[in-house]
Amino acid sequence: MTSRASWIPYALIAPAVLFLAAFFIVPLVQTIWLSFSSEEGVGLANYARMAGDLNFSLAIRNTFLLTAIVVPLQVALALLMAVMLTKIERGRDLVLWVLTIPLGISDLAAGLAWLAILQNTGYLNSALYGLGLIPGPTGWLTQETPVALFIGIVLAELWRATAIVLVIVVAGIQLIPKEFAEAAEIFGARPWTRFRKITLPLLKPSLQSALILRTVLAFEVFAVVYALGGTNFPVLAGEAYTWQNINQNYGVAAAYAVLIMAISLAATALYLSILRVRPEQQP
Amino acid sequence: MTATGITTPRPAPTSGIAVPSARRFLLWTGIVVLLIWVLLPIYFVALGAFGGRLGVFRWPKSIWPTDVSVAPMMQFLGIEGVFSALINSLIAAGLTVLFSVLLGAPAGYALARYAFRGQTAFRLMVLLTRAFPLAILALPLTVSFIRFGLYDTPFGVSLIHTVLALPFAVLVTQSLFMGIPREYEEAAWVFGCTRLQAFMKVVLPLALPGLAATAIFAFVISWNEVFAASILTVRERTLTAYLLKVLSESPLHYRFAGGFILIIPSVLFIFAVRRYLFAVWGIASK
Repeated sequence: MTSRASWIPYALIAPAVLFLAAFFIVPLVQTIWLSFSSEEGVGLANYARMAGDLNFSLAIRNTFLLTAIVVPLQVALALLMAVMLTKIERGRDLVLWVLTIPLGISDLAAGLAWLAILQNTGYLNSALYGLGLIPGPTGWLTQETPVALFIGIVLAELWRATAIVLVIVVAGIQLIPKEFAEAAEIFGARPWTRFRKITLPLLKPSLQSALILRTVLAFEVFAVVYALGGTNFPVLAGEAYTWQNINQNYGVAAAYAVLIMAISLAATALYLSILRVRPEQQP
Repeated sequence: MTATGITTPRPAPTSGIAVPSARRFLLWTGIVVLLIWVLLPIYFVALGAFGGRLGVFRWPKSIWPTDVSVAPMMQFLGIEGVFSALINSLIAAGLTVLFSVLLGAPAGYALARYAFRGQTAFRLMVLLTRAFPLAILALPLTVSFIRFGLYDTPFGVSLIHTVLALPFAVLVTQSLFMGIPREYEEAAWVFGCTRLQAFMKVVLPLALPGLAATAIFAFVISWNEVFAASILTVRERTLTAYLLKVLSESPLHYRFAGGFILIIPSVLFIFAVRRYLFAVWGIASK
């Protein structure tokens, strides 16, 4: 599969390398530089201003809370879906297609879809009214109902982004030799034991990549929150957007960007060390 | 690719024994619940999109369509800025497809066919992009984009979207080319083809469906991206940037119409690439 080293492979990767250097490495360095420079010179002024902002601690708390609740729920739901899928014989392709539809849906569109359900005169309230639980249109997405708004955002995120975890998990399950489960069955292992002792450990590499991907994206969460709650629920990426586009303060926006990147990298490193995959554990 | 292009149902471990009917009933109930969970919000936003102003404020709502028509959707598309935003989104997504395939496929081919110094470093760089919230890198680009005249153009937006799609394209095309036996190419060389001819006549036709899937994924990535597109445009907004901007001031039925338009291509595209979904993500998540 390999041939002698020559100039050809370098010529082939050069365009991609140059492109990534120009639009990934350079902006990365620029962001870090921008975050440390302000009118007062090089220093931590932008960070001080970021930390002193009223929304800062709220945004930190909200983003972490959302990630901590949404990501594990997504993994659990995706595992449940994947296990159910292995049990169907007919119609599996159709079910799989429907379950993966949200993969192609943007967070903005997901927020708007759930807005149709959760708005004052929406379908949730209509159902609750029909059951006699509320007297009339009720607001759930306001500043006065932070818990309801939070649940709404969790539902929309769960709805939209479970599909990506599902695809990674299903792809991982397909790599597990089915002889393992058959052998365990012969020795009398019950389904739950088989899942815990065979499927789950062999899925570790898949779960690791799903967790990294989802966590990094969860710290970037933004449009779904805006679509549902406007500015009622500050999150980190939303604050970066506000400082950049509305306050026109690129330095503080860059400070937020660096903070989000630092958190993402820390999360990735954490997953890599906790879920370390030894070569012999690979399916 | 053939080995990993898996959507054919693999018999479940338990399929040897008949699943008892009570359990089968439970299983299908669960599946139906999941299908409804996925489809219902799309159905409701569609009702909102075609129901117009009256539909939004109807109380209490029926889950069945009442007075839906295409008029509200046409009205939405007639609003100043909506149609041009739609066009901008299509241009940005089209350019993203072009760039990520043109830059990604050669790199993927190099990784699949050659062993060279720096290979690991390159792979690492591609994988490293995944640990970064890439869209946020659009923030510092505002200034340099203004200087180079790229700010507020679909072309500028497509550049940052290509950063999002390129790592994906490299990894997917790598596995794609690894699945095409090297011997086919070598046979073509023996028959007097140049390297380029062999690639164009032998490898490319075999790789085409996989490349199409890669292109579709790049399209969806760009079409859906909100943050970078909103940062880098003011007047020439993409559809997502436009919707985000007018979110707080536009009436609900227009928001639903916008949401519905955003969802439609995704649904069709996921259907088109469903065969490749697992091959693509199975590899891309390595």
